[in-house]
Amino acid sequence: MPAEPPSGRGAAVLRRWDSALIATLLLVTLAAALAVDGFATGRNAQFLLLDAVAIGLVALPVTLIVVTGEIDLSVASTLGLCSAVMGQLWVSGWPLELVVLTAVALGALLGAVNGLFVTGFGLPALAVTIGTLAAYRGLAFVVLGDRAVADFPRAWTDAVGGTALAGAVPAAMLVTAVAAAGCAVLLHATPLGRSLFAIGNNAEAARFSGIAVARTKFWLFVSCGAVSGLAGVFWTLRYASARADNGQGLELAVVAAVLLGGVSIFGGRGTLAGVCAGVLLLVTLRNALQLADVPADTLDIVTGSLLILSVLAPRALTALRRTPTTRT
Amino acid sequence: MTRAHPRELGVLAALLLLIAGTAAANPRFLSAQSVRDLLLSAAILTVLAAGQTVVVLTRNIDLSVGSVLGLAAFGTADLLATHPGTPLPLAALAGITIGALCGALNGALISYGGVPALVITLGTLYVLRGAAHSWAAGRQINAADLPRPFLDLGTATVLGIPLLALLATAVVLAVALWLHSYRSGRELYAIGSEPAAAARAGVPAGRRIRTAFLLSGSLAGLAGVLYAARYGTVDATAGQGMELQVVAAVVVGGVAIFGGSGSVTGAALGALLLTCIGSSLAVLRVDPFWQQAVVGALILAAIGLDRLLTTRLAARAARTAPEVSRAG
Repeated sequence: MPAEPPSGRGAAVLRRWDSALIATLLLVTLAAALAVDGFATGRNAQFLLLDAVAIGLVALPVTLIVVTGEIDLSVASTLGLCSAVMGQLWVSGWPLELVVLTAVALGALLGAVNGLFVTGFGLPALAVTIGTLAAYRGLAFVVLGDRAVADFPRAWTDAVGGTALAGAVPAAMLVTAVAAAGCAVLLHATPLGRSLFAIGNNAEAARFSGIAVARTKFWLFVSCGAVSGLAGVFWTLRYASARADNGQGLELAVVAAVLLGGVSIFGGRGTLAGVCAGVLLLVTLRNALQLADVPADTLDIVTGSLLILSVLAPRALTALRRTPTTRT
Repeated sequence: MTRAHPRELGVLAALLLLIAGTAAANPRFLSAQSVRDLLLSAAILTVLAAGQTVVVLTRNIDLSVGSVLGLAAFGTADLLATHPGTPLPLAALAGITIGALCGALNGALISYGGVPALVITLGTLYVLRGAAHSWAAGRQINAADLPRPFLDLGTATVLGIPLLALLATAVVLAVALWLHSYRSGRELYAIGSEPAAAARAGVPAGRRIRTAFLLSGSLAGLAGVLYAARYGTVDATAGQGMELQVVAAVVVGGVAIFGGSGSVTGAALGALLLTCIGSSLAVLRVDPFWQQAVVGALILAAIGLDRLLTTRLAARAARTAPEVSRAG
């Protein structure tokens, strides 16, 4: 049950985009199941869903940020830095519980730095997070160099890769799905969610109507950092490897999934269901192509093209709908 | 723009300070060989920064330059390796044409699609890198495969100054002349500082933005040719991640990330400063892993400083001419 849509026309377009996306997802899955050997197996489905966890987790706060008209390109570097620090602390003998907590807290701190630059100093989020993209990744290399820390306890790595609901889905995916549902309620059914749309549509008007624009944005960046840190913990334990280059380039997949999900890059428009479909479509497509022996480096063509298509297609649709004046 | 540029003088002062400090700590920093290496590395970054300046002035950004460089470098090297008889100017032209095509694609998608350059060029960053990977298919072209005269270009000097550095200087001067003295060049500033006003004044924004991206792509293509000549060893990863350094050079050089202000000489000084920092870190035996972190910190410092200066100037303007500012 979506909340009162901001504008009838825009909401209708969005609903149509969501359904088109879900139809495409089903079609791609069906085609892959028929044409690609080894796609329609339980084992591959588990892998596919595990692959979707990191992108899906990070896409949630990024969606909220993009809805307010900002952007965070530093998420993958935050993931990498948290992973590197995690490895370093584990090597120096910290208990793993504390290491995990520290990694998430570090992520929140890195997000707070972004938020401070954007809301405190009034700098463009794009420029700030390109800066921290470089800075955080650089710091990750300063912390861990080109070493890898791999000796994490089996109990933990197995738990992260384990399944829930009688082996039906990976446990990590279940957590992600619950988080997504929570975010959907927050965005579409609470006053806070409505204020995010208001900020994205017109920050000035939102400020005058009593919304604490700067504070809201600041905490969005903090939570985005914390979730990226959590994704770093997941990444490290899933591959049992803490490395400075973990998750490099993941920001592209995240931004692509969010925009593919119908969230407007200009802010003020989007649904969380669309973003979930966008994440799954992206991951399914990559998984199927990988199984069909397309080299990993070439796969970036697919992700990049999807990103370009996802911003061009809505514009093309609007232009097409505008030319014949069928409806008034 | 004939007034003195305090911002560029500031970068120049920082550059001289850095050189003096490093040379004091280790005199080998100023040896002929070391200076020549530094100028060679700076030349490639400077050519990229000149193109990026033109794009950023129009309130856009080109994140695909690293991938364009890679594609052009591999294309040129591949052509020369498989057809050793190709005249060098023709090979260079081929590299520049590859870049020009990529730039034209970016410009067309952005101006006809009416979508943000950030998203499109983030997409083409990956698409073009993927294209380079599928072209190279794991191959690497070595110096031994390339004709001797081509490699000599990379090391040739005129009166002790590397040819590539002279070429980069010529590019900077030509772009500076265009931006400074030609109507179409001046119009880029108008588009970047106030798009609505520029449109009312009859500035063909779409065409100018396409020209800016065409130029940025062509210069990235030229940088690819220079890269192949200088390093001799080229694979599909050439120039990977270079977009961050280019953006850093431009922003540090005083080009406003929101367009409308800055100069190509500033950007060139920024490129020189960035390269100097890289080599002085090496000379001072600082862990090379620090370099990327420094790049990120510089971006943040530069946009923060610009913001500070802008608010100061605005405050001063408001104090001296309150009526005018209120009327606006």
